[in-house]
Amino acid sequence: MTRSALPGLAIALAVLGAGLVVAFTVGRYPVSIAELIDVLWSRLLGRPSSAPGAVENVVLLVRGPRVVAAVLVGSALAVAGTAFQGLFRNPLVSPDILGASSGAALGAVLGIFFSLGVIGIELLAFAGGLAAVAAVYVIGSVLRSRDPILVLVLTGVVVGALLGAGVGLVKYLADPYNQLPAMTFWLLGSLAATTASDLVPLLGPVALGTLVLVALRWRMNVMSLPEEEARALGVATGPLRIAIVAAATLVTSASVATSGIIGWVGLVVPHLARALVGPDFPKLLPTAALLGGGYLLFIDTLARTAAPVEIPLGILTAVIGTPFFIWLLAGMQRSWS
Amino acid sequence: MTLAGRALTIGYSDRVVGRGLDVTLAQGEVLALLGPNGGGKTTLLKTLLGILKPLAGEALIEGRSLAAYSMRERARRIAYVPQLHTPSFAFTVESVVLMGRTAHGNLFSRPTAKDRAVAQAALVRFGIDHLGERPYTMISGGERQLALLARALAQEPQFIVLDEPTASLDFGNQGKVMREIRALAASGHGVLFTTHDPNHALRAADRAYLLRDGERIAEGSVRNVLNREQLEELYRAPVERLFDPIRGGTAFLPG
Repeated sequence: MTRSALPGLAIALAVLGAGLVVAFTVGRYPVSIAELIDVLWSRLLGRPSSAPGAVENVVLLVRGPRVVAAVLVGSALAVAGTAFQGLFRNPLVSPDILGASSGAALGAVLGIFFSLGVIGIELLAFAGGLAAVAAVYVIGSVLRSRDPILVLVLTGVVVGALLGAGVGLVKYLADPYNQLPAMTFWLLGSLAATTASDLVPLLGPVALGTLVLVALRWRMNVMSLPEEEARALGVATGPLRIAIVAAATLVTSASVATSGIIGWVGLVVPHLARALVGPDFPKLLPTAALLGGGYLLFIDTLARTAAPVEIPLGILTAVIGTPFFIWLLAGMQRSWS
Repeated sequence: MTLAGRALTIGYSDRVVGRGLDVTLAQGEVLALLGPNGGGKTTLLKTLLGILKPLAGEALIEGRSLAAYSMRERARRIAYVPQLHTPSFAFTVESVVLMGRTAHGNLFSRPTAKDRAVAQAALVRFGIDHLGERPYTMISGGERQLALLARALAQEPQFIVLDEPTASLDFGNQGKVMREIRALAASGHGVLFTTHDPNHALRAADRAYLLRDGERIAEGSVRNVLNREQLEELYRAPVERLFDPIRGGTAFLPG
């Protein structure tokens, strides 16, 4: 039962590659693989492409930013989910467990409510996510307990419920003709409006948070042991937990600010990655990142091609994620207990 | 070198579990901690490990307070073998043992060739090197206990503290773990373990420490301390002593 990481990593890379090809070529304006290669290759070499101008536009301006955003958001959610599942020693945990998503949601609907414009909405969503997790963390540490992890998760649930009520209130007060549809659309998650200018504020935080998690990958194995065991092995669990939560929250908030709320990716993808390479974080983290990018590419392609109108991403990920979750619960008995 | 507790008051912020406890463990000896449930065994253990801060008094290694050591320094001196449990994730046995090397690297370091060699040697010592690639969740309880012992050894500590190492093991594996505890002491480690079975203390320990309601009832060499009267007082229950006149061995039965 050897668990070499190479075959698993290769599969994840293949999924990402296939996702890229599908996302670029499939759609209302079909692009052949030859055209795609020609456009990207010419762009890389900086010479004019032989493909028609419309093809070039579709690849570089229409689908390009959306594809890059899907890869970044998918990877970010998968990496954050992997970190949170390890940290909370629970394979059923997802990145929004500490309120990052609900905080970002409240920030975004407030931004829409006050008509702040795209940048303002994204900034508020980002700040909301970070503030929610910080609040959960502070409350969790004030309520001193012998099981800090459990208290943290429960505090996250409670704060999330309160933030949800806040989102409900803002929606209730919003202008039902202009603001409410925008809020609903945002809360369901979409990459339809992504432009090249969205990519920089997404890439920065995602890269930073991911780098921190990658740097701590060996310690994350130990952090997935019970608290006292990790400390007896010489790990200062308190500060390290803050660092991991901060990095994962940064990554989650940045992606939620760009794409709206896309649930389930951070829960489902780490499981698929673990099935490929096992739970060892140094192998798991890159596999989950590649797989998450590929996964969201497929979902996003489905979202824009399956029906005459765009299907919100959050709905598709939930339709896939819910049965998957039930299947996980059914398998729990034999695998984890 | 010794691991010691001086006038320890142990417990949690909302509850004092024990007061005025003095303990000493030298390298090369085995100390068994016995007592009824809820008497403070595990709390004392965690205080001596430095996982739990004493409410008063201090825990010391070589006369220096545990509080003065960093987490890493402490983990290179004392290793902890927790009670058997099933972990959340299916790490390989080798990964589990490698985690014992955590305190020998810094925050960002990856295991070195030396770390892997030490982990491998620990696996070999406990005869489980053939299980290295197997998921830790899919091996037997006895093998898992040996893997945790290997992880403790990979820490290269002077002291090893075990919480009920023989609980939930079958008869044969209980014997194996007790032999390994003796072997650890023979190789110069100071070993402290808790147990519910006085016979295990007789078998594996040099000295016994009897703890009831957070108070030390008795302490001394197992031969002096572990007798019927003492055990009846410790557990507040009748105890029967069996004696083998040919080999001179003693065993106790409850009731």
